[in-house]
Amino acid sequence: MSSLDTTLGHGAPAHAEDNYLTHSHGWKSWLLTLDHKRIGVMYLCSTIASLFLGGFFALALRTELLTPGPTIAMIDHDMYNRMFTLHGAIMVFLFIIPAIPAGLGNFFVPVMLGAKDVAFPKLNLASYHLWIFGAVFFVTAMVHGGIDTGWTFYTPYSVTTPANGVIWATMGVFILGFSSIFTGLNFIVTIHKLRPEGMTWFRMPLFLWALYSTSVIQVLATPVLAITVLLLTVERTLHVGIFDPALGGDPVLFQHFFWFYSHPAVYIMILPGFGIISEIVSVHSRKHIFGYRFIAFSSLAIALLGFLVWGHHLFTSGQSQLASVIFSAISFAIAIPSAIKVFNWLATMYKSSLQLTTPMWYAFGFIVLFLIGGLTGLFLAALAVDIHLHDTYFVVAHFHYVMVGGTLLALFGGLYHWWPKMFGRMYNEFWGKVGAVLVTLGFNVTFFPQFVMGTRGMPRRYYSYLPEFQPLHVASTIGAYLLGFGILLAFVNLGVALFRGRKAPTNPWGGATLEWQCASPPPHDNFSVTPVAHDPYDFAHLKYDEKIDGYTSRRS
Amino acid sequence: MSTAAAQHPHGGDEHGHDPLVAHHFDTAQQQFDSGKLGIWLFLVQEILFFSGLFCAYAVYRANHPEIFEFAHRYLDVKMGAINTVVLICSSLTAAWSVRAAQLGQRGLMIGCIIVTIACAFGFLGIKYFEYEHKIHAGLLWGEKFNPKYAPGDHGDEHGAGGHGSGTEAVHSEAANSVPNPADRSGSPGSHGATAQPEKSAPSPAATHVAAGDAKVTTPRNTSIFFSIYFAMTGLHGLHVIAGIIVYIWLLWRALKGEFGPKQYAAIDFAALHWHLVDLVWIYLFPLLYLIR
Repeated sequence: MSSLDTTLGHGAPAHAEDNYLTHSHGWKSWLLTLDHKRIGVMYLCSTIASLFLGGFFALALRTELLTPGPTIAMIDHDMYNRMFTLHGAIMVFLFIIPAIPAGLGNFFVPVMLGAKDVAFPKLNLASYHLWIFGAVFFVTAMVHGGIDTGWTFYTPYSVTTPANGVIWATMGVFILGFSSIFTGLNFIVTIHKLRPEGMTWFRMPLFLWALYSTSVIQVLATPVLAITVLLLTVERTLHVGIFDPALGGDPVLFQHFFWFYSHPAVYIMILPGFGIISEIVSVHSRKHIFGYRFIAFSSLAIALLGFLVWGHHLFTSGQSQLASVIFSAISFAIAIPSAIKVFNWLATMYKSSLQLTTPMWYAFGFIVLFLIGGLTGLFLAALAVDIHLHDTYFVVAHFHYVMVGGTLLALFGGLYHWWPKMFGRMYNEFWGKVGAVLVTLGFNVTFFPQFVMGTRGMPRRYYSYLPEFQPLHVASTIGAYLLGFGILLAFVNLGVALFRGRKAPTNPWGGATLEWQCASPPPHDNFSVTPVAHDPYDFAHLKYDEKIDGYTSRRS
Repeated sequence: MSTAAAQHPHGGDEHGHDPLVAHHFDTAQQQFDSGKLGIWLFLVQEILFFSGLFCAYAVYRANHPEIFEFAHRYLDVKMGAINTVVLICSSLTAAWSVRAAQLGQRGLMIGCIIVTIACAFGFLGIKYFEYEHKIHAGLLWGEKFNPKYAPGDHGDEHGAGGHGSGTEAVHSEAANSVPNPADRSGSPGSHGATAQPEKSAPSPAATHVAAGDAKVTTPRNTSIFFSIYFAMTGLHGLHVIAGIIVYIWLLWRALKGEFGPKQYAAIDFAALHWHLVDLVWIYLFPLLYLIR
């Protein structure tokens, strides 16, 4: 470890009050820490700040769309283009991709493994610093010329647009990409090499299986995005003519490259969410997870099949028909492992002792919204239907159902599930549930009307629209405010818990994974003695103890 | 590898933890294995990073073979071949430095590292002359493409390659009309013309005259070859520079006496990465220089 984390040596008995939060003080002890837990917390704070920035743009867009013509004087059509681009780019690159793996994952991967840290702590810190660096590039892009290309940076427009922020944004994506690659690399090595005694591959918590699959995608797909945005930057500065048709280049090649990353990337966004839901459903149902191996392998199957479907973004781009048919068929095939997960979660809940806690409410919301998002994905994977729905609000609604309805709800579920462990405080259950209901309800009011608009031909990314769409747009905008309020409430509830919540016991939910064996919040070194792992979903040995309002194990 | 790994009693919570082993590892072997897996994953990442460019190469070569057949003759095979040998030598010394470290042969290890760095600089030096020549001859990308001479003439370095000037003259004139139809009917499976019918339609074997000094006639969009040439060799060159930085850092550590039979992981991992940089060139050389 570095000289900054000096005091706690090996075998030194951790004081009862000493935890990773109080272990050392000062801003340097955070920004230069090698402790995976602090890095995880910093990632969470940074990504949630990005969520609010992206959310601010979303609300501005929805407000602008209240009326068919211009609504807010400040937002003209150029400004609108820049705002939806920033909304998408910030949400994707700064929030969704890092939030769960780099935030919750960083905190819990080593703890769930009974390890002291990730395999490469310095690389982990470097990932976070790269994230900050990438975010600075994004902010520069925002104030220095702006970007109006959409988050996909399609050529040739991105080469010719007068908005000069494109280079800043693409270099930001390049840097953030390496932040993501290093996180994935770190997790793969950690999971391979730092598992404790007793933890075979099939005794790993499913959250780790999900993050392992995610990491495989991060390492294999992100470099392709890196070279793509690098080439795009070179194209824009030096005009090399690889993507620019004016110089003999092929703009469709850019789309292939871009989606070779960006389709697997949607599984970077959703797979960690699957992992969280698997944990929540089993622990809060007080029942062994149903079909463990199927859930574990379906994560891997999704990760691998995810590499073979990028062409379904190019059905209308002049791709060969044979290729389209193959891409369509493989896209349908991905529905199978996704459905396996949903059925297994339902089977776990079936005849269980279901606890209606806040994390469980988020899990319910997740399952319903992901189901809708997943099934509408099949519409878009169908060749003929996609021609009609391509670039309409139907697509917008579909991917928001998966990304927001899926990932954001899973993130909240995970935060509420692990908050007592991370900060040692219980939150208010009532307001937690109100938040969950508001988020789910607000989300549906926002995006369900967009499915309807999409099927009726409302194109995406348009500043104005035909008056007949107005009622649905108004509903969507009202829903957006409701969703925004729900998200705020959910975070305020967690924030209040930090100061006014009652102290959390070591194991408030009766989880059997290793993180529930170390103190809340965990000490600097997590475990003074590496624990022995058992079946992560066997709850028989855990008994509720009223005195501490938590569970204790009869095993040790 | 296993020969040098220090055997350390299991259990990381003991006093007297090996100072070479980080606190979150139990044994030196576990630490070494983690590093090894990490560097291999990094190499996988590197391969996919380059794969975008190789893919672009494959697409353009399949769609426009005549450009590649014509333009590759501007490249100097002799310089490329020398650079290949230089890099292979550096790979040898890189591997040797690992073995020297494992066996505790400090002088040999430092010598190998120095030779590796020297070879890397040699490679960049030769690359510099190649680039400089192309810049002067207008053999650049996009609209900067403005060749001063036809491929057979080779500027002032005539006779470097194995091409006779007689056949060159014939070929560069024939390039105007012959290659495309001939390829499509004659050579079996050279490129899938059916896969991209709309692509080959707007770019027939038509040529255009570049406004160079000598009015060199080239196939349409010849500049794409140089876009790809500079993108691929440029990115590879950046990796060579990164390798030099890594090896200078290793040299500094080696001079401080940090490496030995118990600690050679950094040298091992750097060598693995250097081999990959070498391997990328081994592919680039035939793909760019030895097309026909």
